[in-house]
Amino acid sequence: MSRAAIFAKIESATAMVKAKAAYPEYDLSIVHSQPRLQGADLWEIFTRNFSAVNGRAMTSVAELLDFLKQSSQLHGYCDPLLYDDIGAQLAAAGLVVETEYHRDRYDDYQFGITRASGAIAESGTVIIDDDRTSHRLAALSPWVHIAVLSRGEIHRSIPDAIAAFGESPNIIWCTGPSKTADVEGILIEGVHGPGEQIALVI
Amino acid sequence: MIGIQPIDQYARDISDEKQASVIDGSSKGTEKRYHSLHQDYPDPDAIRKLAASIKDHTLHHLGEYLAKAEESLTARGVNVHYASTDEDARQTILAILRQHGVTQLTKSKSMAAEEIHLNPFLIENGVECLESDLGEFIIQLDGDEPSHIVKPIIHKNRRDIAKTFVREGVAADYNDDPETITRRARVFLREKYMQAQAGITGANFVCADTGRLALITNEGNSRFGMAPVQVHIALVGIEKVIPQEKDLAVFLNLLGRSATGQQLTVYTEFINGPRSANQPDGPEHMHVVFMDNGRTDVLASNCREILRCIRCGACQNVCPVYRQASGHAYRSTYGGPVGAVLSPILFGSRFPELADLPKASSLCGACNEVCPVDIPIPDLLLRLRDKAKKESVPSAGAIPMSPFATLATSPSLWRTAMTMSKAMNHLPIQVAPIKPLQDWLGQRTLPDSKGGDFRKWMKTHQADAARAGKAP
Ligand code: SF4
Repeated sequence: MSRAAIFAKIESATAMVKAKAAYPEYDLSIVHSQPRLQGADLWEIFTRNFSAVNGRAMTSVAELLDFLKQSSQLHGYCDPLLYDDIGAQLAAAGLVVETEYHRDRYDDYQFGITRASGAIAESGTVIIDDDRTSHRLAALSPWVHIAVLSRGEIHRSIPDAIAAFGESPNIIWCTGPSKTADVEGILIEGVHGPGEQIALVI
Repeated sequence: MIGIQPIDQYARDISDEKQASVIDGSSKGTEKRYHSLHQDYPDPDAIRKLAASIKDHTLHHLGEYLAKAEESLTARGVNVHYASTDEDARQTILAILRQHGVTQLTKSKSMAAEEIHLNPFLIENGVECLESDLGEFIIQLDGDEPSHIVKPIIHKNRRDIAKTFVREGVAADYNDDPETITRRARVFLREKYMQAQAGITGANFVCADTGRLALITNEGNSRFGMAPVQVHIALVGIEKVIPQEKDLAVFLNLLGRSATGQQLTVYTEFINGPRSANQPDGPEHMHVVFMDNGRTDVLASNCREILRCIRCGACQNVCPVYRQASGHAYRSTYGGPVGAVLSPILFGSRFPELADLPKASSLCGACNEVCPVDIPIPDLLLRLRDKAKKESVPSAGAIPMSPFATLATSPSLWRTAMTMSKAMNHLPIQVAPIKPLQDWLGQRTLPDSKGGDFRKWMKTHQADAARAGKAP
């Protein structure tokens, strides 16, 4: 009932528009931000823009280990597929690394290591999707989220990343840590999601 | 005073503390927003115009695109519903919740849900429904109304919030440090996310070609609200449809910058179906409720351009009337310039009662200049004033506003006045010999007038375009 009524009303409303606007053909380069795209190497461009939104870009597990130790984030989750490359090294250094995420103990995980499906250099964005992420919650509830990606997965621009959406029903772009400015406009990071967003390239 | 308009009454009665919060919150970040567009793009106006024309095209062919969005979503296992009115929308959502046995849910900020007062309705019907955006959460605790599209608690300060947390048992003791407030909300809401069985969201855009909903938050609340639950319901105004995914690049680049001066909002989610089979977290069921609730009336009106609105709040931030009076003065979900146009038509039955809103503007044009989809708000306000006049809607305040009304109904007088307003920056207009103007100014500080620079720009632009042989 509602459906037919709404479509009928739309029909009569749009019939009244004398000059209907045509779809504008346009070149997506119009939304490329040249200052942000400056540089030759995609990882370098990504790193610059990712740092600007308070993300941390890392290139080795040793660097990650240092950071986790320094910030006392010693218990976390690691995607089983990444355990050999990353989780095992952290465990060897004395950190507690689980490869199963238990929802009822969500507070136990101080860090979560999951696979990203890509990144966007122009905006400093990490891309996560359903197909590559072992657990949505593991990328979300820990204070530190480590998104693991390879250099070849970095898209140059926002339009490029959209063109590569593919079939996943759920894609999330994370451009820095979770944040709010609701209280008197003061910026606070780590509202519901991670307070630290790390991109680790392997 | 005779003939004072309700909105002026609000501006007069607002407490100093609240007004200070609103002025501070709306003016903060204005430069950042401006620079984030102008540093990144040589010609941001070209992008605004492009966005406007994509929206106009979609609105003029809305039937087609909406049907296509429905088809795309259905093909991906999403249940699509339609709601003509606010009551339809509430009942549809309640029926979905009952169907899935949901008794507890979290909701991420949605203007559409605000518009239909969904929370109190669900609570009355036995569903625990908690707002998860920090600002909206505080609004809910206080039984208050949001007063800004992007910054719902712009009118509150940290002391108000700290008191609320103690009163409502979110915190055991008073602490007004913003970081502590945020951490306390984090702990409180996490437990609720984990207990919930459903998540309700809005949507910023719906791509007709694939059905993908784009949803943006900075806090990550909608992402969290949907990770542990089985049911996702998105309540979406029918005007949110855009032709294709490609167009998202245009709108996302404009929205973040215009709303908060960010290139992109932190979390931008794209959803067009229940979770993948291999994914342990996330909803198994997804419902999209497309809502009309007056939108087709707006589409049929001569103010249909307002449906381009992407709810960035920029027009509120720059509006001198909004800053002085606060969003609450507009007495509807949408405050500020966008609300002054949208509310009287969207809530058509309340037109007489809200007819003062289109008059509560100095027509300074700032709203149009910042609008990412180039909505000619001042022109639309004039059309609404005209409507009120034609329909002889009796309204308080006709006398005080009349000098503006006279100016505003004559384009040539208006142009002269706009050019003169530049000179007025240097004149003590508070002593201008117009009594009603003095009354009106007594309550306001006007921003420096830019003297219709945008109009001038538009003219040159049109002339250039004509020379180049294309339509403007
Ligand atoms: S009218 Fe324009 S400026 Fe105002 S909220 Fe809508 S899109 Fe933003």
